[in-house]
Amino acid sequence: MSDVVLLQLLLTVAAALVGVGVYGALSQQSIVMVMMGIELIVNGVLVGAVSAWYFLTPEAPDPQILIVLALVVMAVEMVMGFAATLAIYRARKVDMVDSATDLKG
Amino acid sequence: MTVTAAVVALALGAGAVVLGVLVFVVDSMARATFSLLGSFLSVAGIMLILDLPYLALVTALMMTMEMAVMAVFMIMFMMNPAGLMPMSMVHNKYGSAAAGFAVFAVLTTGIWLVDWPVAPSGARSDTTAQLGLALMGEYMLVMILVGVVLFTTILAGTILATGRGRYDRFGPDLGRRRPDDPVRGGLGR
Repeated sequence: MSDVVLLQLLLTVAAALVGVGVYGALSQQSIVMVMMGIELIVNGVLVGAVSAWYFLTPEAPDPQILIVLALVVMAVEMVMGFAATLAIYRARKVDMVDSATDLKG
Repeated sequence: MTVTAAVVALALGAGAVVLGVLVFVVDSMARATFSLLGSFLSVAGIMLILDLPYLALVTALMMTMEMAVMAVFMIMFMMNPAGLMPMSMVHNKYGSAAAGFAVFAVLTTGIWLVDWPVAPSGARSDTTAQLGLALMGEYMLVMILVGVVLFTTILAGTILATGRGRYDRFGPDLGRRRPDDPVRGGLGR
């Protein structure tokens, strides 16, 4: 198997993870499940960045920095997501996105 | 990369996708959380195969902790944590599936149409040292910003998650007629 095909297959895996994550983030009613969808999207970004680094620019550290940033994004997203979930549950006993429509356009 | 390593990486990739799909299929919230953990660990395995041992370790450790916390939250906030009473907790199912598939289709089309400039494969340098030198040198600003962002996240998360204190007795917009005190008593009450 050539390197190009392997890169394309791994990037396809990344695309599939992003696609599944988009479905989850859009379709789930529970706030925690929406966060799981977003996590899957970032998971896809991780696979894509790792594959791109390995096959395209193995000598440059830039994609590795991107991976570190993706991990930070995951941590921040989890913390703020859980904190917002707790805050809205405390205030209104809401645990579903359908009940939190204050910012709906 | 050897053929065996490539096959294992692709198998882990397929496993990551299958486990990712299972997150939204299984009824039990504990199973959903651990499926997501499995997906992350598969990705960490791919990183390990692709010569990034440090980032693989960070991903595996961080995600294991994160999913342990998430399992607690799932059981706290889901109506049906054990999945003993299957119920549908989705909205706009077909629209979301179409959006997810469209994203996948667009990305995949791009991936297979681009002529990728693959670098000649050879011995990789020590990637952990490479990352460390980059973060402590050329990308120091990124490191500083990440530190500040994480610290801000700790503060904001704590403030959002803790119960309102005595200064919020009249509600967030001070519109409450009677103060909402955890303990009754005080002058005139």
